[in-house]
Amino acid sequence: MILETATRTLELLTNPAVLDITLRSIRVSGVATILALVVGLPIAAALALLNFKGKEIIKSIFNALLGIPTVVLGLVLYILIAPNGVLGYLGLLYTELGISVGQMLLILPIIVSFVVNSIERVEREIRDLAYTLGATEFQTSLALLKEAYSGVVLATIAAFNRAIAELGIALMIGGNVFVSGGRYNTRVLTTAMQMYVARGEIEVAIALGIILIAIVFSISLLSNSLQRCYGLDKT
Amino acid sequence: MLVFAVVSLSGCVEQKKVLTISTTTSLYDTGLLEEVIASEFKKYSGIDVRFIAKGTGAAIQDAMRGAADVIFVHAPERELEFMKAGYGVNRKVIAYNFFVIVGPPSDPAGIKGLSPIEAMKKIAKLGREGEIVWVSRGDMSGTNVKEIQLWKLAGFDYDKLKNEGWMHLTGSGMGKTLLYASNINAYTLSDTGTYLKYKKLIKLEELVSKGEELINIYSFIVVKNSKNFDAAMIVLRWLVSEDGQNLIAQFGKDEFGKSLFNPISKVDEKTREWIVKYGFFEDDGVKTECPKKFRLAANGLEFSEVKIQ
Repeated sequence: MILETATRTLELLTNPAVLDITLRSIRVSGVATILALVVGLPIAAALALLNFKGKEIIKSIFNALLGIPTVVLGLVLYILIAPNGVLGYLGLLYTELGISVGQMLLILPIIVSFVVNSIERVEREIRDLAYTLGATEFQTSLALLKEAYSGVVLATIAAFNRAIAELGIALMIGGNVFVSGGRYNTRVLTTAMQMYVARGEIEVAIALGIILIAIVFSISLLSNSLQRCYGLDKT
Repeated sequence: MLVFAVVSLSGCVEQKKVLTISTTTSLYDTGLLEEVIASEFKKYSGIDVRFIAKGTGAAIQDAMRGAADVIFVHAPERELEFMKAGYGVNRKVIAYNFFVIVGPPSDPAGIKGLSPIEAMKKIAKLGREGEIVWVSRGDMSGTNVKEIQLWKLAGFDYDKLKNEGWMHLTGSGMGKTLLYASNINAYTLSDTGTYLKYKKLIKLEELVSKGEELINIYSFIVVKNSKNFDAAMIVLRWLVSEDGQNLIAQFGKDEFGKSLFNPISKVDEKTREWIVKYGFFEDDGVKTECPKKFRLAANGLEFSEVKIQ
């Protein structure tokens, strides 16, 4: 049984349609992660380094959003970005970019909360040291971000893995569109898995699951070894 | 907000021309749409089509939110409501097959060979006696709507039945519902396509498959305010043409030994009567697949009409 599944997975890997779906999964969630970093890092830096009113409330909101169910987010986004919805003019429904934006919102709290935590952990020691060495406020902040680097890497990996493994948003915003050679396909690994389960083709679903887990594990392993190589795992 | 700004820019750049068809899982899960219809239609017209599989209720929601250009569904009563609410026009019946009542091979309710209505009555009786379990989709899909109709014809109110312990609601698609029913040796109503696809995975047998009440009618409705109205009409005309109908007739023959969907153009006289009875609407002394006031810019497209006797 295990051997059969393994051979089946290998067979499927060489299938262009499966390759296409796998690459789309990586691309969609990769874009989501990059968007989340672009938006999330400045927010995290501001929350960790600046003092302003309502800061703790914002932090706790982001912490609470860590556990938001993907189906809820998917449903809210579906209503908003459907052509007759408030954000309908964006034309995001049933597109790859739509899934990326949805997943970005899903993982933004991961980036913000993780990074804020890791900056705050290194803050005290570094700040005093930097000041004694005569650094300006801005230079100090840069030094802090640098020291918090491993936290950022961890946050990025956790965020990407959450994005690529979620189903609710990919299904409701993407719609699992697939036409051989089509230009508007949105089928990703998770939506393909649920479809094959629904169609009774469990073997294919298992093989896709193995591919998904392989991606998630390899990325975690890769980052571990990278951190070891560059000695960035001090914190 | 910044992100949405960036996204809107990119959205403008790739202005897309793609026809979105929201459809039912029973059509989609057979593979007919994405594997055959989409690619053949692209060859014929150059137009990209994407199918969103949702179940009839959700497909209608999609259309109401402007997310679909066409719905391809199988619940005539709800289709009429949809058109009456002003969302849909130009309904055409494209294909049909039959629902089947499936159950454990031992058939503890003894419904094999009965008429659908007699079978439903017997199932309710034995269910209430605690002898058997009936599994319902409970998701307002076309299959669920048909089931509700069958209960009504048998003299039962589905809303009351579903609270009785012998009826289990899955709230999922047909495939999962069949697996569930098979696991607990229960009875359920299924469309033919999904049942044939699942046959090798489950231990349920086709027990009642004959009877006009079991007719399953798939129709195409164009969304009135669709931005791709013209493209939607092209695909509609193509589907009812000989080419489109032949593709539907051929589908599934290799894998299952018979076609999963029967094209409407090759319907026999008797089945046609059933389709008129269960899938046509009254309009000015005739029964028609699309009442006149719901026809829009459909030059040359013929809508079936039958005089009421």
